[in-house]
Amino acid sequence: MSRAVDFRCFAREEADRVSLYMQVEGMHCASCAWKIEQSLQAHPGVEARVNFSTQRLRISWPKTLDAGAANDNANQFADEVEALGFHVAPFDAESRLQASKAEERDLLSCLAVAGFATCAIMLFVDPLWFLPARAVTGATRDLMYWMMSLIALPATIWSGRPFFRSAWQALTHGRTNMDVPISLAVIMANALSVYETVTHGRYVYFDASIMLLFFLLIGRYLDLKARGKAREAAEGLLAMLEGTATVVDGERTVSVRIRDLAPGQHLLVAAGEKIAADGLILTGESDIDTQLVTGETLPRTAGPGERLYAGMINRSAPLLIEVSAAADDSLLSEIVGLMEKAERSQGPYVRLADRLAGLYAPVVHGLALATFVGWMIYGALHGAMIWEDALLKAVAVLIITCPCAIGLAVPVVHVLASSRLFKRGILLKSAKGLEAMARIDRVVFDKTGTLTEGTPRWMNPDVLTGENRRIAIAMARQSQHPLSQAIARGGAIGEVPGMVVTDHPGKGLKAVVGKDLVWMGKASWLGVPASGDAQMELWFQRAQGPAIRLLFADAVRADARQVIVGLRARGLTLSMLSGDRDQVAQKVAMDLGISDVRSGLSPVDKVAAVEAMMAEGHRVLMVGDGLNDAAALSAASVSMSPASGVDVTQTAADFVYRDQGLSPILTTYDTARAAQRLVRQNVWISLAYNLIAVPVAVLGLATPLIAAVAMSTSSLVVVLNALRLGRVSRL
Amino acid sequence: MAILLILVPLAFLLGLACLAAFLWALNTGQFDDLDDPAIRIFQPEDDE
Repeated sequence: MSRAVDFRCFAREEADRVSLYMQVEGMHCASCAWKIEQSLQAHPGVEARVNFSTQRLRISWPKTLDAGAANDNANQFADEVEALGFHVAPFDAESRLQASKAEERDLLSCLAVAGFATCAIMLFVDPLWFLPARAVTGATRDLMYWMMSLIALPATIWSGRPFFRSAWQALTHGRTNMDVPISLAVIMANALSVYETVTHGRYVYFDASIMLLFFLLIGRYLDLKARGKAREAAEGLLAMLEGTATVVDGERTVSVRIRDLAPGQHLLVAAGEKIAADGLILTGESDIDTQLVTGETLPRTAGPGERLYAGMINRSAPLLIEVSAAADDSLLSEIVGLMEKAERSQGPYVRLADRLAGLYAPVVHGLALATFVGWMIYGALHGAMIWEDALLKAVAVLIITCPCAIGLAVPVVHVLASSRLFKRGILLKSAKGLEAMARIDRVVFDKTGTLTEGTPRWMNPDVLTGENRRIAIAMARQSQHPLSQAIARGGAIGEVPGMVVTDHPGKGLKAVVGKDLVWMGKASWLGVPASGDAQMELWFQRAQGPAIRLLFADAVRADARQVIVGLRARGLTLSMLSGDRDQVAQKVAMDLGISDVRSGLSPVDKVAAVEAMMAEGHRVLMVGDGLNDAAALSAASVSMSPASGVDVTQTAADFVYRDQGLSPILTTYDTARAAQRLVRQNVWISLAYNLIAVPVAVLGLATPLIAAVAMSTSSLVVVLNALRLGRVSRL
Repeated sequence: MAILLILVPLAFLLGLACLAAFLWALNTGQFDDLDDPAIRIFQPEDDE
């Protein structure tokens, strides 16, 4: 088979497996993703994972596998996905961006043409409706109908493309979707209207069908906008593997893309840089900020021989690291793998709109068919009905059963809700987020960085007074260590003239003030016996004076207590899962009044805890910020992560909030509840509308005027109802 | 009623002109990025 792209070039070998990333186009719902995975995994040993929001497919297979075509598994798999009716392309962030831009442009041009045609046809339709019946007859009416068809037909062909294409794709692959009844109604309405025009008939439906397209395109466009935002955020993860790292190659240093790093290479990590790959320290000793990986507040000192992981930050001194795992095998990738697994075990979430769509198509087609058959029988019995009339009535049923609540009202509510959240610094990333958020009954918190500030605070500034305090603060300003920064934040500005500070990584700071030597650092460095408790501490000693103990604690966020009371008042149960030591976790939980606390958990334990809760039938909101929370975030029904969190958690989370406090959790929950109420109301409104309109159409009483008025009022009512979101709850 | 013979085509043509203008703007990329240009003023200048 000849092909434009040879996928073999994009396959990557890792150990005894080969993996390949592909971009999949044409997926409309989670069940498409599921179908692709199932079909590929029918081959023994093949793993396939589809990320629906980024539209990415990852396949990996053993090197020894022979899936059919000789030695050409990559292309074989690509063909299989194509055979299911999807288009695949090698993954490429840039072309992905271009494609989504082109899609948006295309939709906007469809929308503009449909809008113009709707208005233009109104010009001709209004006199027909509002003038006395005898004023517009014969040749005048024919002329108007011809003008309308000249506008409506090209406009329908152009603006209807997104619907026709998707309906065609579905039908040719033995599936059905929402676009099938829409396309059918639009095509039949136009065909019948042309027939009526040619035969000097009484009624045409051009206006109703183009208006239907116009309203549905508005919904489509809003939906695309909302999904585009989610995709942008999800692609942040890829960006982590995009940067470059400095590799020492013999005498010189070269810049290498992080994804191309190979085990055995020597990596130079300057102070302040992020560590790009997992590895062992060869030379150098430095403070390593591990907060994003393990959730510990304080950096730890690491020297030669110690293992570091991608995502940690080198604080104080340059390090030479031997890479032990390529980017795809790093801890980061493992956690991403854990995330994807957690996501999969949840089963595809079916959105309300998709569930409604599944019901809609058969019901509407059944009704239309019943109408046609019913009127044919009626005609046969009375000998008066001709088949065109029966068909006309069946088409009227198709047109009038307006899918606006699904096609328009749900996206309008979601776009309004997400822009409302956006203004409050909360980014809604996933399409399912709002729906899932409205249904939670349990909130699970991470501790460090989520409930607490994640940065230590100086608890006993009073132990240092006068000049000592000024010296301590001035010294602390010279260092990036979190405890130093806590001291620096804790005091007024004061210069100490002639002070020289030296930084001893992993030990502390030493300063010369006049004739005095001043030390500030670890107990062991100052020769003070270690204290038994687990508090964070620094020791300060000036010249021959006594060593003074400075205490620090990771303070609970200012509004945490208030938010927790608020959540409880809304009937939610609360839990805390922490990777920190039991003593510390219990104290924070007691401060906040959370009774269900589990501590000392590894990332895997956290996932297990969340999954256990879900298995009990709870719907869980997980809030976390560390790499160790990422998998648990994916396992939960819905998740939130602060913008200060690591990229991976922001990728995994359904919501990302920018605020310093925790109040966004309340805001999001309340908005999601309000949005859910409105969506439900809209579904009921449109159901009620259909209950009235459908019998009218089935009985053959739906004139084009009734069809058009009914359709636009039903759309208007659901949109106006959605707009109430701005006023429902004052937060 | 004869005025309709002028006004209806006129309205139609004006609408068509607006549609053409919009499609032109769309295809020259005027709607591709609605967020960045507003904050571009805060970006440091490339030239000295």
